[in-house]
Amino acid sequence: MLYIDDIGRYFLMIKMSFFKPSKWKVQRKLIFREINDLIIESIPIVAILSFFIGGVVAIQTALNLSSPFLSKSLIGFATRQSVILEFAPTFMSIIMAGKVGSYITSSIGTMRVTEQIDALEVMGINPLNYLVFPKIIALLFYPFVITIAMFVAIFGGLVAMTFAGVPSEAFISGIQMDFDPFHVSYAYLKTILFAFILATVPSYHGFYMKGGALEVGKASTLSFVWTSIIIIIVNFVITQLLLS
Amino acid sequence: MIEIKNIKKSFDGSKILQNISTTFEKGKTNLIIGQSGSGKTVLLKCLLGLHQPDSGEIIYDGTSNLNMNESDKTLLRREMGMVFQGSALFDSMSVLENVMFPLNMLTNKNEEEIREKAKSVIERVELNNAIDKLPSEISGGMQKRVAIARAIVMNPKYLFCDEPNSGLDPKTAIVIDKLIHEITKEYNITTIINSHDMNSVIEIGEKIIFLVNGEKNWEGTNKEILKTDVESVKNFVYSSELLKKVKKYL
Repeated sequence: MLYIDDIGRYFLMIKMSFFKPSKWKVQRKLIFREINDLIIESIPIVAILSFFIGGVVAIQTALNLSSPFLSKSLIGFATRQSVILEFAPTFMSIIMAGKVGSYITSSIGTMRVTEQIDALEVMGINPLNYLVFPKIIALLFYPFVITIAMFVAIFGGLVAMTFAGVPSEAFISGIQMDFDPFHVSYAYLKTILFAFILATVPSYHGFYMKGGALEVGKASTLSFVWTSIIIIIVNFVITQLLLS
Repeated sequence: MIEIKNIKKSFDGSKILQNISTTFEKGKTNLIIGQSGSGKTVLLKCLLGLHQPDSGEIIYDGTSNLNMNESDKTLLRREMGMVFQGSALFDSMSVLENVMFPLNMLTNKNEEEIREKAKSVIERVELNNAIDKLPSEISGGMQKRVAIARAIVMNPKYLFCDEPNSGLDPKTAIVIDKLIHEITKEYNITTIINSHDMNSVIEIGEKIIFLVNGEKNWEGTNKEILKTDVESVKNFVYSSELLKKVKKYL
């Protein structure tokens, strides 16, 4: 029953975040601030992680393709497929649930604890529109982050293979081998759904938290756990629907 | 003026407010006092519209809450100012931005007009030297003054203060009390203060209601409270050793 209550409240929160909008002048500032905090500031960590994980994916693929009968270009092919289909959209989103998700939960949760949300309500301002809506809009730019993750991870694979003595021409031809644009569409569709989850699930945990400073920490942890679980489940459903 | 009639409020079956009726007068500092857990904050939140009473009526200058739709409630809230116990300032904004915030959000004035209005209110609470500072860079007393400035910047009809003196030293507490009292007179607003500070009661309590376990136990003025014969009020008022000694000279 408790989960049903939470699910209902989560959807009502989403609905309410589109109601009683703040003035565009204010909203614009908030959206730009969220784009900076949630998107731009995430790019360095995403780039670093993607580069090294792309390298590891390539090395592990090479390790499993040791037969002389298999072309080295398959390393590039397997790296591209792993990165585009799974690593960049899903794996990165789980990492972002930790970075962006806990930031969202703790910032909104702190506002709840320090009565700042009550202050907004007393002023007659819709706090959900003021706090959650700009985050949803800012995370529409999340596919841009995932695009960077895709390119940097494949580049990381190329660099790793160059150091391992695999000819870069073979790796690059593997990247171009049997390219199916639908896989990219599938990846971006997942990314957009994950972006929405990243904006709303942590907001829910922050907005409806109760208690003091300790509970803000607990809410952040809970938000990370639930955001990750929901991303994994949605990933499974989308993959079943589009790829199976 | 705010009139409340037979307000009742329960949470999970536990009765928090029981049949409270009273009037909070315009141009006066009205105090709600009582021990912790007596229902002061819940009553204040009912008045603010943050809680919906289970039964009873709240009449704001002749308009009953029972006849209000959501948009009326939103408009009413724009006539209210609130000073929270912990100030509730937006910590990412400077003092000036905090005071400008309601004007930015709720009015169509241009940037220059908003800035001028906010500066004049900041000047009124004597914080000109802290205008560009963040809330974390100023003292608790100064934060309360910013909260008061933010609460009055929209020229509210009603000013609510939830324990405005909590966490302040006695001297600063008196300064804040006097400031609220002066603003009430200057702007001719209905001020309702939630407090358990006896200094505030004696200094500025023009109308006091005393709550015990969610019920109104007594009401009167700051002069009357010191001479009352109601045992529960006497126990509350003279709970400190200092006031017991003072009583001997009354």
